[in-house]
Amino acid sequence: MIAELGHFAVILALLLAVVQGVVPLVGSLRGYVNWTAVARPAATGQFVFLAIAFAALAHAFLTDQFSVAYVAQNSNSALPLAYKFAAIWGAHEGSLLLWVLILAGWTVAVAAFSRNLPEIMVARVISVMGLISIGFLSFILFTSNPFDRLMRAPAEGRDLNPLLQDPGLVIHPPLLYMGYVGLSVAFAFALAALAGGRLDSTWARWSRPWTTVAWMFLTLGISLGSWWAYNELGWGGWWFWDPVENASLMPWLVATGLMHSLAVTEKRGTFRSWTVLLAILAFSLSLLGTFLVRSGVLTSVHAFATDPTRGLYILAFLIVVVGGSLALYAWRSPTIASGTRFGFLSRESLLLGNNLLLLAITAAVLLGTLYPLFYDAMGMGKLSVGFPWFNAMFLLFAPPLGVLMGIGPITRWQHDDAQSLWRRLRLACGIAVLAFLAFALYHHSVDGLKVALGMGLAVWIAATTVVSLRSRVRAGTGLAGKWRILRRQSRSYYGMLVAHLGIAVFAVGVAAVSIWGEERDVRLGPGDEVQVGGYTFLFREVAKVDGPNYRSDMATVTVLNDGTPIATLNPEKRRYNASGQVMTESGVDVGFTRDLYVALGEPLGDGSWSVRIYDKPFVRWIWGGSILMALGGLLAVSDRRYRVARYKAKAEQALHGKPA
Amino acid sequence: MIRYLLPLGIFLVLAVFFAVGLQRDPSEIPSPLVGKPAPEFQLPRLHQPERAIDNAALEGEVSVVNVWASWCVGCREEHEVVKALANSGAAPVYGLNYKDAREDALRWLSHFGDPYTAIAVDRDGDVGIDWGVYGVPETFILDADGVIRYKHIGPMSETDLREKILPVIRELKTEARS
Repeated sequence: MIAELGHFAVILALLLAVVQGVVPLVGSLRGYVNWTAVARPAATGQFVFLAIAFAALAHAFLTDQFSVAYVAQNSNSALPLAYKFAAIWGAHEGSLLLWVLILAGWTVAVAAFSRNLPEIMVARVISVMGLISIGFLSFILFTSNPFDRLMRAPAEGRDLNPLLQDPGLVIHPPLLYMGYVGLSVAFAFALAALAGGRLDSTWARWSRPWTTVAWMFLTLGISLGSWWAYNELGWGGWWFWDPVENASLMPWLVATGLMHSLAVTEKRGTFRSWTVLLAILAFSLSLLGTFLVRSGVLTSVHAFATDPTRGLYILAFLIVVVGGSLALYAWRSPTIASGTRFGFLSRESLLLGNNLLLLAITAAVLLGTLYPLFYDAMGMGKLSVGFPWFNAMFLLFAPPLGVLMGIGPITRWQHDDAQSLWRRLRLACGIAVLAFLAFALYHHSVDGLKVALGMGLAVWIAATTVVSLRSRVRAGTGLAGKWRILRRQSRSYYGMLVAHLGIAVFAVGVAAVSIWGEERDVRLGPGDEVQVGGYTFLFREVAKVDGPNYRSDMATVTVLNDGTPIATLNPEKRRYNASGQVMTESGVDVGFTRDLYVALGEPLGDGSWSVRIYDKPFVRWIWGGSILMALGGLLAVSDRRYRVARYKAKAEQALHGKPA
Repeated sequence: MIRYLLPLGIFLVLAVFFAVGLQRDPSEIPSPLVGKPAPEFQLPRLHQPERAIDNAALEGEVSVVNVWASWCVGCREEHEVVKALANSGAAPVYGLNYKDAREDALRWLSHFGDPYTAIAVDRDGDVGIDWGVYGVPETFILDADGVIRYKHIGPMSETDLREKILPVIRELKTEARS
């Protein structure tokens, strides 16, 4: 009964989405004030009904209602409670419901925090988000209803995919969806601005915090996914260039470009049509990711169960949304006035370089991801590109990006002088080159050159951060004066520095783990020991352990450093009862400068096992860097001016009257 | 104007590729074993452990080999379909009991029914590795010469049986006659 209520709530939410998508938009075009006023209540109503639907599905999972097909397929009475809840978004149908719930949540947030924006703009933004919601809700209702009942209820559910039974996976999808869907706000703002022809710095100022928040979630979501893969897949890798991973990386790259481009549009009024295009692209790539993951056009380790009608539906939806918005862009943006001119050497041109490089990387990732599809579609057989292509592309585009990242914040807007810029940067440049040479000479190999590049760039970014801070405090006299200046700097400035430092930390992690790591595949019996990375790994025993819904072979490995035990690791090989799937749970000793990682392979008889042992130097820095980036985003959105902005905008409205 | 139409143009080209891509199934990776003689095996039978079964049993007529285990939920799900296949008389269905305990397997069969002509016991999964079994259930169709001609991964549904399995068996039978 409650499942049917959930189904009914989704239907009501769809009806409200239609109202939300159509009425305020028509009202804004025709100037019917009472029509535009429908936007906020409709959005709130939609959110309430989707929350009810979500609660109904949660109820079905938590009470083991296996008569609901989706629950029967993705849960099991023995599943731990937290995973029963996380199983809601463990497969296609439920994750779509989470998607629309988050979309409705973002819409309500826009409705709540936009009291200072012109009504007409808010109405259009909420309308666009309503239109997106219509697409997803009808997709759920017509092809992917999570509330479908089975004619005969099975006695037991088939259990959640064991791959997903991990704490990281409980929060990874919600974070990622917050990011994906959050980009719809910037998209909706861009379309509303295009429709109204009001593409000015005010529009950019409104879009900025929303984009930054979405980007922050996306950053956290992606790095959490990478951390999960590292723990769970037992290969010790942190990124696999899997189509699903790429699907999340592409919107992130474009959103990164968008944040920078929005800054230019807000501060200098230029890049307008470029910024609009990036806003459209960022969300379009989120949708494209949805298509790739759910339509079955590409194979992936974690693609959803596929169904051709679903693929066709998403493709049609994609064509309407992306094609429609790009057509609107082609139609309206030639009329956008270009902003002020800027010199060849200016912060604008450096940021343009950043945007182009980010877009080039995105294009390379897109091409690499879709290459098998192109190949197959042209009847040339099956093929996949894999690591070499992606790594080569990153090696090509990432270093210039890192170089620009150091110069950009120090360069003046509009025009800078090459000589004075060189004076400001030469010390940082010298230190970075020294670091590069030191690493290159030390390793003396092609791989060593890559590491030297990564380390050199990390040092470069850190050094230019110091340069930027120093140039700001120069005006202050004495320590107290300098401190006063530092305290006066905006949080968005510090946010930028922290995020850039995050990239430096990330680069150190990537470079270090790529070359200094050590990896051993060994056969170990009880009492055997092996040396890896200067540590002794003592294989004690393998015991049978029963988990709530699995049986496991759990090994005990003691790690010794100079004879003193420093850690005990328990890598496991689990076999889940319901599905019979075997999962590797690696044992990891986490450290600031290194991880020690043990994965259990296969039993080899006579009590010995094949065991894989890694020493992973600085691998934490990869995720630490990502967390710093997200923290930078958080600092930027907590900037004072967003709190002050509402008063300023009020004053602006009072001055100019309500904009038509 | 062209400059502004470019993104739309690129997207439309992509969309055409997606539309073509949807018509194809990327998971239809031909198993390397399809078209090759079934890997050799010699295993005890489930019901008569003292008697062995090997490749010879699969030769002489079109046959089906269904890999199953008592711990596998997917097998329970497809079991009615396996029974229907066996009852149709289209081809004998051999079972490969994969990484299972004998008592469990026998109890499972007495509970859910035994459609198999004979069942080979692959206690440690070694034969499964030779046959390229990814996960249970999997179903192989062999021609009269003992060559693997078709492989189905995952539980078979009524639709799979009607639209894939039975047509393949019919085709192999006519091929054998001509």
